[in-house]
Amino acid sequence: MPLLEAIDVHGGYGGMNILNGVDMAIEADEVGVIVGPNGAGKSTMLKAVFGLLTITGGEIRLRGDPITNLPPHKLVERGMGFVPQEKNIFQSLSVAENLEMGAFLKPATVSRLKRQIYDIFPPLYDKRHQPAGELSGGQRQMVAMGRALMNEPSVLLLDEPTAGLSPRYMNEIFEQVKRISATGVGVLMVEQNAKQALRIAHRGFVLAAGQNRFTDSGEALLADPQVAKSFLGG
Amino acid sequence: MNELIYFFNYVVVAGSVTGCIYAMGAIGVTLIYSILRFAHFAHADMMTLGAFVVLLLTLAFPHAGDALGLPTAIVMLPLAMIFTSLVAVGIDRVFYQPLRAHGVKPIVMVIASLGVTLMLQGLIRLFSGTGAESLYVEARKAIFRIELPGVTRPIIITEPQVILFVVTLVAVIGLHLFLTRARLGKAMRAMSDNPDLARASGINTKLIITLTWVIAGSLATLAGTLLSLDVAFKPDLSFFLLLPIFAAAIVGGVGHPYGAIAGGFLVGFAETLAVFNWSVLLRPLRDSLPSWIELPNNLALVGTEYKIVVPFFILIAVLVWRPTGLFKGKVI
Repeated sequence: MPLLEAIDVHGGYGGMNILNGVDMAIEADEVGVIVGPNGAGKSTMLKAVFGLLTITGGEIRLRGDPITNLPPHKLVERGMGFVPQEKNIFQSLSVAENLEMGAFLKPATVSRLKRQIYDIFPPLYDKRHQPAGELSGGQRQMVAMGRALMNEPSVLLLDEPTAGLSPRYMNEIFEQVKRISATGVGVLMVEQNAKQALRIAHRGFVLAAGQNRFTDSGEALLADPQVAKSFLGG
Repeated sequence: MNELIYFFNYVVVAGSVTGCIYAMGAIGVTLIYSILRFAHFAHADMMTLGAFVVLLLTLAFPHAGDALGLPTAIVMLPLAMIFTSLVAVGIDRVFYQPLRAHGVKPIVMVIASLGVTLMLQGLIRLFSGTGAESLYVEARKAIFRIELPGVTRPIIITEPQVILFVVTLVAVIGLHLFLTRARLGKAMRAMSDNPDLARASGINTKLIITLTWVIAGSLATLAGTLLSLDVAFKPDLSFFLLLPIFAAAIVGGVGHPYGAIAGGFLVGFAETLAVFNWSVLLRPLRDSLPSWIELPNNLALVGTEYKIVVPFFILIAVLVWRPTGLFKGKVI
């Protein structure tokens, strides 16, 4: 049974359908990457999984249990973590406080988990008392991911975690994503930097017009000349 | 020296009193704004309501404070704070929450709070009448006169004023510790900063909203009661409080509790200094002034009856020159 599974998902905003039948499945310890042209419904799919928009058809399952259209806070309780693309940190709160808020539902585990996050993202330890809004883009992304990891999620949803980052930080974030998934956390992320992202992907989903165009392992998609031609810029 | 004591009594003490009251009111306004994103116009009436509940309790048990050596009204404060907080939460559930559920614009919430203002005012008047009432029932206000050597004029400070300073200090420090140390306090700041992310972190936003009303209601009760204790309870108290506390919240930077405190004192002292009779301070220099200058008896910037204009002026000045307030707050 896959950890997270989406079957023929339809949905959109205010009656306008953006998703027209998306299928996805990832196992625990796998990285799933959603790529595709602008307007393909990549971020929309991620938001649909996290209950931020109404799914009008199809089903989403977490470990076999249906979770379609559950509100976000219920999904957080069930072990789902979501890092939005924008506004993904509490700017005026310190780094440490950002992490604490991530473990709001599990106050007893805060100090242990904070140490873990500082181990994963060492730069955050030195800045732990600084307001998160004062950090650089890459470090903010670390705070954002750290906040979501504080809830010990079984699935982590990342919406364009490398958007606007320098290549150095981009590679670092991808390395961290690999490491996080290796600890048994399923990661589903949307990426613009398709080639680099597919390199670390166990599963790749190429979306176009709200439907799966190609679904395969990251390697296979990178090797597929058709995918390369239409979606990866040759 | 007498003149300095006069200045101390009429500016330092009076300004601090007004500042404390405005600060506690403005903190409530600013907290409600930062969590619920609307200007809560009924806040001054929550202050009146809190004071009125204290008045009723004091009338019912006039000697409850005797054993503790405190004014009965002070002993009744905790009960009134609980009651007013419950009313505040109730008002939210009945009037504001259905509107929020419909996702209305903030202006609709503001108008709704205006409706709540009129309702509360009517209700209070219905039971209290329109006259002023002292919160000292069957007791007298203690007035401390501190004589300094070498001067004839004493420093005058009343019992409610001393209590007000202590209570404000405790409330402000308590709030600071709550917002920076407590898990729920941090969650409150998180929700004010980024409500969507707060929800995505599993923060119970309903609980935070309830908590906001409890804190705002309690502070409003403290401020309203201590003001009424120092002067007298009047059902139209809110009329003279609404503008200054909003000015204080905006001057300090909306959504910024520390700014609200600073704004409260700024507005309070500005008001006090504007109505202060400066000719008293100039009197000792009278002999050294050239003869063609005649010192008028009253040299205040504005008459006492126009005191309410001062916060209005400050408000406009701040909105024109520094719309985000002293501390960087959210622009309304």
